[in-house]
Amino acid sequence: MEDTVIQADGLTKVYRMGEVEVQALRGLSLQVKRGESLAIMGPSGSGKSTLMSILGCLDRPTSGNYVLDGEQVSGLTDDQLASIRNRKIGFIFQAFNLLQRTSALDNVELPVSYSDRPNDGRNRAAEALKAVGLENRMKHRPSELSGGEQQRVAIARALVNEPAILMADEPTGNLDSKAGQEIIDLLLSFNRDRNTTLLIITHDPRIAGQAQHIIKIRDGVIEEDPR
Amino acid sequence: MKLKRVLMEMISSLRSNKMRTGLTMLGIVIGVAAVISMLSIGQGAQNSITSSINSIGTNLLFLSAGSRPSFGGGGGFNFSRNIRSLTMADAQALMDPYQAPAIQAVAPVLQGDINVAANGQTTSTTVYGVTTPYFSIRNETVSEGAIFNDQQVNTHARVAIIGIDVATTLWGQTSGLVGKTVLLNSQTFTIIGTLTSKGGTSFGSADNQIIIPLTTARDRVIMRTGSNVESIYIQATSANTTTEASTQISNIMRLRHHVAVGKEDFTVTNQADLLSTASSITGILSAFLGGIAAISLLVGGIGIMNIMLVSVAERTREIGLRKAVGARNRDILTQFLAESSFLSLLGGVMGIVLGWLISLIIGKVATALGTALNPAVSLNAILLATIFSIAVGLFFGIYPARRAASLEPVEALRSE
Repeated sequence: MEDTVIQADGLTKVYRMGEVEVQALRGLSLQVKRGESLAIMGPSGSGKSTLMSILGCLDRPTSGNYVLDGEQVSGLTDDQLASIRNRKIGFIFQAFNLLQRTSALDNVELPVSYSDRPNDGRNRAAEALKAVGLENRMKHRPSELSGGEQQRVAIARALVNEPAILMADEPTGNLDSKAGQEIIDLLLSFNRDRNTTLLIITHDPRIAGQAQHIIKIRDGVIEEDPR
Repeated sequence: MKLKRVLMEMISSLRSNKMRTGLTMLGIVIGVAAVISMLSIGQGAQNSITSSINSIGTNLLFLSAGSRPSFGGGGGFNFSRNIRSLTMADAQALMDPYQAPAIQAVAPVLQGDINVAANGQTTSTTVYGVTTPYFSIRNETVSEGAIFNDQQVNTHARVAIIGIDVATTLWGQTSGLVGKTVLLNSQTFTIIGTLTSKGGTSFGSADNQIIIPLTTARDRVIMRTGSNVESIYIQATSANTTTEASTQISNIMRLRHHVAVGKEDFTVTNQADLLSTASSITGILSAFLGGIAAISLLVGGIGIMNIMLVSVAERTREIGLRKAVGARNRDILTQFLAESSFLSLLGGVMGIVLGWLISLIIGKVATALGTALNPAVSLNAILLATIFSIAVGLFFGIYPARRAASLEPVEALRSE
């Protein structure tokens, strides 16, 4: 049975910049099934970052309906959105966004500390780091790690609460191609082995080509969806 | 988020910029230290003045010649003073139980600064010529020997009771002096007692004096015409009747000196009035000093707010990340409030220690300079400073923390 993780219908997003209204999304609809891997491509300004923010519950659509993993997201409060992000979504950013002054282990433990079962966070963080191959780097600070290693810490952080979806926004943008490929392999392996839905935003056709499907966005709507 | 985790985050954040943390805290340290030391010095001054007034006795009144001198006490500079000497007859009149029922006892006093010689040493001290009620009125007792009696006063006996400061100067000892002789104005007196020490007071040492019978003083030591006396000490029947006693003294004296109200040629000083005046002055002084010190604490608080705002701006991206991984607004709020309150609490504790040290040093310096000022760090001052510094941290921390908590995650993540 194929169940739906993302069900978005008619999403619009309007930004007000002074007097000017900018329509970042214009009635975009998207359906993603559990375990799928999707690459989202599009030129800058196409609305893909806005789409990622809304699908990641970091922002609210101006209108439209969004159901994430069976939960109606439209109309939730800030705290409820925070809870959904905590439980269901793992983010991976281009700039890693690790806290520089704490260890890899502390960084990975962070989402657990904000969850409603903060006990045992230490062990779970250690397991997650082991899963990304950094069991020997747990006490290192981000500044003592290579770019590829830092992004793997970020992946461990994204996985530690066992989310339904991994959302990676240009995950290889700050890495050389070898390290970048390792990161993509790692993300795809979690997608395969754990059936975690994977969304990758990227410019790079070689990376996009490794996902099951490529969705192209232009001017706030889906231009091409091969499924 | 668990408390332990909040504390760990807080410590790692504050440790990541030790210089800034230290300087921010310094503002609070200085503010609290200033408050503590100023309050304790004010309290010390108050204690010292109160105890020296109390050592004189609270139901004591003091009658002196001349209208009330201008403030500062330099009577000789105030030429408009009406002066008419007090006499033994005045003292006698105040004893009238019908006209002055609130008066318990009366002690006329002759006093003068006299050279004293004994044991090959010479010094200068204040000699008091008194009658026997003086001892009970002034709470003077002897640690050795005895006070003189009425008969010794009547027979103009050449006996003396000496204070321990004089004894120390002349003999280098404070006991075993009864029976020795001392020269007052070249007249030989026999020591019959040593005064119990009252300790130093702000008004000079009560131990640097010699007491002899009034009659003998008039004859041989402090020459005065007629039956004039310097001043008259009066004891009211209780501390509650000092005001009545004061009125009765004024009435009797106006009649005897034939002066109208407002034209008095004498002054009645009430110790209770003096005490309340002194304590209200020191109270105002403490409040004033404490107020100035509180301003520096306020400035320290603004320093905290400033640094917290800088910190929020610097860590916008971190806040965005925390929100992305599930931090609620109140988690962020707690985190920043914890930092600002911890800064001010730790600063406050250090400030209390520093302020206590400062007041200790000031006390030592004052003692070394001969002023009996013993700064008292009261529990109230410590509580006040602690509560105030935490309040400063919370008050000045709440705005930056709210600002951090209300950041939109998307925008925060995008910031550089």
